[in-house]
Amino acid sequence: MSGWRKWLPVGVVGLLVLATAFPFYWAVVSSLTPEARLFEAPPLLPVELVFDHYRALFDERNFWIPIRNSLIVAGTTTALCVSVGALCAYALARLDFRFKGLILGFILAVTMFPQISIVSPLYLLLRELRLVNTYPGLILPYLTFAMPLTVWLLVGFFRQLPRELEEAAMVDGASRLTAFREIIIPLALPGLATTAILTFVYSWNEFLFALSFTLGPERHTVPVAIALFRGQYQVPWGQILAAAVVATAPVAALVLAFQRRIVQGLTAGAVKG
Amino acid sequence: MDPEGPGALRAGGVTGNRRPRGRGPPRGGIEAADARLARWFVLPALATILLVALFPLAWTFWESFHVHDLRMPWRGTPFVGLANYAEALGNPRFWQAMGHTLFFTVVSIGLELALGLVLALALNRAYRGRGLVRAAVLVPWAIPTVVGALLWRFMFDSEAGIANALLMDVGLMDQPLVWFIHATAAWVPVILADVWKMTPFVALLLLAGLQNIDASLYEAARIDGASAWQQFRHVTLPLLRPAILVALVFRTLDGFRVFDLIYVLTGGGPGTSTEPIALYTFNSLLQNLRFGYGSALSVVVFLFTFGLAFIFIRFLGADLLRTRE
Amino acid sequence: MASVRLEDVHKTYPNGHVAARGLTLAIEEGELLVFVGPSGCGKSTALRMIAGLETPTSGRVWIGDRDVTQLPPQERDIAMVFQSYALYPHRTVRENLAFGLRMRGSSRTLIEERVARAAFALGLEEFLDRKPGQLSGGQRQRVALGRAIVREPKAFLFDEPLSNLDAKLRVDTRAELGRLHRRLGATMVYVTHDQEEAMTLGSRVAVMHDGVFQHVAPPMDVYSRPANRFVAGFVGSPAMNFFDCDCEEREGAPCLVSGALSVPVQAGEWVRKAGPGAILGVRPHDIELCAASDCDVPARVDVVEPLGSEVLLHLQLGTDAEAEHVRAVVSPEAGARVDDVVGLRFHRDRLHIFKSSSKTRLN
Repeated sequence: MSGWRKWLPVGVVGLLVLATAFPFYWAVVSSLTPEARLFEAPPLLPVELVFDHYRALFDERNFWIPIRNSLIVAGTTTALCVSVGALCAYALARLDFRFKGLILGFILAVTMFPQISIVSPLYLLLRELRLVNTYPGLILPYLTFAMPLTVWLLVGFFRQLPRELEEAAMVDGASRLTAFREIIIPLALPGLATTAILTFVYSWNEFLFALSFTLGPERHTVPVAIALFRGQYQVPWGQILAAAVVATAPVAALVLAFQRRIVQGLTAGAVKG
Repeated sequence: MDPEGPGALRAGGVTGNRRPRGRGPPRGGIEAADARLARWFVLPALATILLVALFPLAWTFWESFHVHDLRMPWRGTPFVGLANYAEALGNPRFWQAMGHTLFFTVVSIGLELALGLVLALALNRAYRGRGLVRAAVLVPWAIPTVVGALLWRFMFDSEAGIANALLMDVGLMDQPLVWFIHATAAWVPVILADVWKMTPFVALLLLAGLQNIDASLYEAARIDGASAWQQFRHVTLPLLRPAILVALVFRTLDGFRVFDLIYVLTGGGPGTSTEPIALYTFNSLLQNLRFGYGSALSVVVFLFTFGLAFIFIRFLGADLLRTRE
Repeated sequence: MASVRLEDVHKTYPNGHVAARGLTLAIEEGELLVFVGPSGCGKSTALRMIAGLETPTSGRVWIGDRDVTQLPPQERDIAMVFQSYALYPHRTVRENLAFGLRMRGSSRTLIEERVARAAFALGLEEFLDRKPGQLSGGQRQRVALGRAIVREPKAFLFDEPLSNLDAKLRVDTRAELGRLHRRLGATMVYVTHDQEEAMTLGSRVAVMHDGVFQHVAPPMDVYSRPANRFVAGFVGSPAMNFFDCDCEEREGAPCLVSGALSVPVQAGEWVRKAGPGAILGVRPHDIELCAASDCDVPARVDVVEPLGSEVLLHLQLGTDAEAEHVRAVVSPEAGARVDDVVGLRFHRDRLHIFKSSSKTRLN
């Protein structure tokens, strides 16, 4: 490739990273800008940095509460889905039984459900069960998309393990169940971890159900809390952006740490030409 | 010696084992044990999905044929057949919502595919720091949509927002624009926000597809005298088709279901000029509390999404389910 | 040790594919029997049915005097060496070897003793605490063997265990396996697609094709008196030459004739059974060069492949339009060159004659 054209790919990628990073950069900078100067033809490079917004976020608005709620809901959903889903995924990946193809197709179909289509009956159901504005009242609807997602991802991971491993274990004297426990699970741990991370991220980010099934700040999750920030006289952008940074940081850290595995999990099998 | 050698071995019949030779599953053995175990393994997950996904969906269908106004509980839930659907089809706001959704989906996907492809090609060549870059571009995808939307809202928000400032500095505008009060201008931050969030994801999907293309094919093409553009057209694009289709499926489905982004960015406004069908449904359900009508809208969204998914799966579903093997 | 018996075993898959048709075979205690055949012939399926990894659609499988047909693999007390070795990657070599005994609840002392013995026998002592990923292909193969030996099973099953080794290692390991068999006196069922492996290892060989045992006999019998045309063409390298012939009388003796080829054969019962035509088979090693005037058939040398101690000749009979190709292996002294016209003479005692219709052996 000729001289300058060699740098084209790097240039494009550099541009991309810039474009991706800019909104974050701007948010971080603005969240550290004093209130008065937020909308005053701001310079690109910060001049003054204050932590007022962050302080207000936690002291006045008790942002710990939405964080706690999100952790509980996303964490429980993930734990439930990965444990139950792993069994189902193993059976779908390895065992032969009737209707297997049908069930697999069905689960794929459910991952494509528009959530809006089941908001109303879920709401009515939760209302009947007195679960509106409770933790179970969110975890249960979250299973709608989290369970199929988990199963789908794990099927991909289980399929990558060589069949002969379990066969060797069975010939060696293990039952299918024992082979699953002693051989498959330890080897599938990376896949399980990646699935757990993805499920957690999806659950953490979920908005529609959280918006519809929680009523007050006591049970709001992070996305809902941020979206519904209300100020006395105007939109409290400083605090919103501070909250955005706080909400983004852990997710960003997770993604940065596990980026290779996440990409593998997402693209595994999906584009195997 | 019997000249019909193999025949002697084939005759069988040491004892009278008269079980009929059929194709049915054997009574015992490993296959039967597996099937039994599978039943226990699959049941919990399947039951959960049926309960929390399929059952409510059926309920939605059922509700769509009734009137169910939560503000007027005394009216009960009378059966009204297709009246809700008729009302929707006759309501201009419904058609506008569908139009908005279509517009949003087509424009976003178009941009995301084009940019994503460029990005994937670049990422394929640039070897240094690929991991870091991959991580960096995953972050917009990984954060809550509402947070991303808020970032963009902030940038475009008022006359003093950074978007206005930059555009004026560059000379594209001479006066600040209040984006969110103009019906057409309001779409700009919306589409930009979606493209910003999802292009990296599309790029990663396409990159995976690119990396599956055997490098020796390019070498063969080069030896045959193909230019870079010809290589792209005749080697890259055809072999990238499965990846492009997968990206298309996922993004189209997401586009049709768009809710979070617009709720936070424009609230559907100004007025209802950026309201997609999912938001319209949401408003009917949880603002106007008209569950019957809202359910009918829900069904429409479902049928559309599913219809699209079904068509796509017909095209590459056999591939998707098979390649996952 | 125990015997292994297949009794009229059939296997049909749900998609309609028939992998085994009426397999009946008795493998004696302490015997090493090789299932050999081209891919898709059903040999792996047969092995897996003995192992219990697949269940016959009908028929029975016996190990010793137990009917194990419906038993899962873990209850059959057999050991299997897989083509890819299937070692547990997250466990050390020691743990891999001990796994089977652990599953059976053997005492720790017994496990340690047997693992030590097997490790010593296979030269694995220095690897006991490594993981399979840190071993070479040959070492992994030995661990797979060790895992089987440690269990002291009723029978050993091998599913193409040498396929993943390079050529030299394959020959060495083949000899090792032979020695192992003699030392243990174990019943072994061995599957391979390589006929050379089958011939050198097995006390008996079972040639399979299309889900049926074509010929079960000691290797030399299969080589010198193959039961049908398929077996004749499969066993032996280079492959046997075949000619579609008519039976005629020439100078008072029965002859097989095909174009310019004319081979007098011994009279016998089989001539009557043959009918008007028969298939004649002759191995490349059983063809001599002679004068073109006094031969069974003249031929033109097409390609000469010197192999060191022998020369492989590709010859052409007849005109280009209906050329038949023949391979012959001769000594370098014959001095054949490309485009020479030579005479071929078939060894009279090494002719194989098959019925045209059923392809079974006649002589």
